[in-house]
Amino acid sequence: MLEIKNLVVQIEDKRILNGLNLTVSKGEIAAIMGPNGSGKSTLSYVIAGKEDYEILDGEILLDGQNLLEMEPDQRAAAGVFLAFQYPLEIPGVGTMTFLKAALNAQRKARGDDELSTPDFIKQVNAAAAKLEMPKDMLKRALNVGFSGGEKKRMEILQMALLQPSFCILDETDSGLDIDALRIVSEGVNSLRSPDRSFLVITHYQRLLNHIVPDTVHVMHGGRIVRTGGKELALELEANGYADYREEEAA
Amino acid sequence: MPAVQETIDQVRSIDVDQYKYGFETEVEMEKAPKGLSEDVIRFISARKAEPEWMLQWRLDAYKRWLTMKEPTWARVSYDKIDYNDIYYYAAPKKNPAPKSLDEVDPEILKTYEKLGIPLREQEILAGVEPQSRVAVDAVFDSVSVATTFKEELKKAGVIFMPISEAIREYPDLVRQYLGSVVPVTDNFFATLNSAVFTDGSFVYVPPGVRCPMELSTYFRINEKNTGQFERTLIIADKGSYVSYLEGCTAPKRDENQLHAAVVELIALDDAEIKYSTVQNWYPGDAEGRGGIYNFVTKRGDCRGRNSVITWTQVETGSAITWKYPSCILRGDNSRGEFYSIAVSNGMQQVDSGTKMIHLGKNTTSRIISKGIAAGKSDNTYRGLVSAHRKATGARNFTNCDSLLIGNQCGAHTVPYIESKNASAVFEHEATTSKISEDQMFYCQQRGLSEEEATALIVNGFVKDVLQQLPMEFAVEAQKLISISLEGSVG
Ligand SMILES: Nc1ncnc2c1ncn2[C@@H]1O[C@H](COP(=O)(O)OP(=O)(O)O)[C@@H](O)[C@H]1O
Ligand SMILES: [Mg+2]
Repeated sequence: MLEIKNLVVQIEDKRILNGLNLTVSKGEIAAIMGPNGSGKSTLSYVIAGKEDYEILDGEILLDGQNLLEMEPDQRAAAGVFLAFQYPLEIPGVGTMTFLKAALNAQRKARGDDELSTPDFIKQVNAAAAKLEMPKDMLKRALNVGFSGGEKKRMEILQMALLQPSFCILDETDSGLDIDALRIVSEGVNSLRSPDRSFLVITHYQRLLNHIVPDTVHVMHGGRIVRTGGKELALELEANGYADYREEEAA
Repeated sequence: MPAVQETIDQVRSIDVDQYKYGFETEVEMEKAPKGLSEDVIRFISARKAEPEWMLQWRLDAYKRWLTMKEPTWARVSYDKIDYNDIYYYAAPKKNPAPKSLDEVDPEILKTYEKLGIPLREQEILAGVEPQSRVAVDAVFDSVSVATTFKEELKKAGVIFMPISEAIREYPDLVRQYLGSVVPVTDNFFATLNSAVFTDGSFVYVPPGVRCPMELSTYFRINEKNTGQFERTLIIADKGSYVSYLEGCTAPKRDENQLHAAVVELIALDDAEIKYSTVQNWYPGDAEGRGGIYNFVTKRGDCRGRNSVITWTQVETGSAITWKYPSCILRGDNSRGEFYSIAVSNGMQQVDSGTKMIHLGKNTTSRIISKGIAAGKSDNTYRGLVSAHRKATGARNFTNCDSLLIGNQCGAHTVPYIESKNASAVFEHEATTSKISEDQMFYCQQRGLSEEEATALIVNGFVKDVLQQLPMEFAVEAQKLISISLEGSVG
């Protein structure tokens, strides 16, 4: 379970999160929708532990552990996974090399043995097949020269491989065509489990037709301004975020 | 934040944590009087029981040196060196020329043990594959203290011994080749070396012989205020092959120490020399105090047809590195190669590269240089590729990549190309990349620590060059690179 209480965050003297509260239960899929610039990516970075941000108040607990006191790699080992809105390219580092290093680093941090190479290759190939990824992509340097859609698939492949307990998807749908959207969504759906929670960030309803959320939160001005069921997404699609802007102006 | 604090601590402790070879050995030393003069040169020559011609050679070099000026064109800066404030000769008092290991001062043996350099042949032989054996010449300050596997090499006809010994035992060979690649008057530091060189290795591989093991020299500067001026001469006669590796370390000291070596390689027809360096002199502390000035002239002469000389270097140490291992491609169809990894961190300054001088027909050369700069360091690649007007069909391929870690360091590429033959084909590629904070965060988000992520990216960056090193040393070099970069991301 993830609990965020009264989170206040700024960067370069600019407040971005203003007392944000959010709870995501085990097994839940929570969607966050909100206009551009409302602080969605910032929230995902702060959960994952990116430096840069100044945490002025609040706490983030994952299954009772205080994430704010942990390094990003420790958070990863504790089960936090962020599928980046803009995945980074890592020149010179083969995708397989990277995946193996990441997987074994997490296993080591949890006190598990390293995975044997044949087992590792089996797992990667299975995940790649599910995501309909061509094998030669795995032979290239990580994300280097990948198209936007290929990068997003690679994020989901990593998620499948690392088996995190708390997954954040930051606009994974952007840059995907209809087919890719379906494949990626199926990949995510197949990872649904009672032990795994998802925070799905998007500003389009269409992703939520494929990955059906349990709850929908509306984020605006650095906080959650409304929470509802999956029907809330449809309402937003019809009316836009105009209501919330007026609310703020009032 | 704890992460930031940890990084700061690591960077602070740069010299303490990272440089594992900074200890000193207590041995009674005999030194020449401080400073440089004809008398000091006579002293050195006498201690080495040199023939008269050698002394004359040194004195001529000294006279010439007095008229020369220190070069200033490299992208490095340092306080003026007082050449009269240096000891030019320091040797263990007890038995400076031991006949066997039993005669070597146990303190010195312990030093090499601590450094992980095997000097006892029996120990090396135990449980080791014959082909991965390495013969070692161990140079301690100004003298060679031990050379292993000499007898076995001799059976194959290979001469491997301290150069001071070779001058006495094989004067004709030495006289024929010494200074024939790097002339006495070549440059300020080479001329200084010619006047005062103390020890180093001599290798001669006779025609058609494939040297049965790796040869290596391990240089250790121990004594305070002492310069090390070693001289290495390697001759591969027709159709022979030899692979040679040098390593070096020094204690941590607040003062800078000068190391001005000269290495000459000669490859005759169809011969091949592979020369590898793992340079790990003390780099100085985080504030830039202390460290070795590594001002070195290394040059190979592909004198014969179809000869090959390969320089591979992994440079992680020294406060300042000024070093351009070069090839003169004199013989038709000869080939020169230069593979380099130069890592700089803290306040280190590196100005290094190569010269490929194409004189013969259809000569080829290849340059692969990987510079990694971290901390506040400066890392310059400087390279010359030239074709003489007779060098028909000359070809060069150069690839120069720089990787920046953090944003307080600098990487520079200074290529010079001169072609006097229209048929010459020279290709040059260069890239500069940077490990960004976003890339680091991405790697960490996947569970890698900062160190693991840096190592992964750096290994990807240098793997083409590491492959060129003899296997046993590639592993060592890889470790050395990651140690040098510890705490560099912040
Ligand atoms: N590094 C930064 N420096 C200054 N402002 C930033 C930085 N990163 C994000 N912001 C600002 O914070 C606000 C929220 O950004 P972001 O979290 O990316 O929103 P969203 O993902 O909801 O579109 C925006 O106004 C953006 O300009
Ligand atoms: Mg965003």
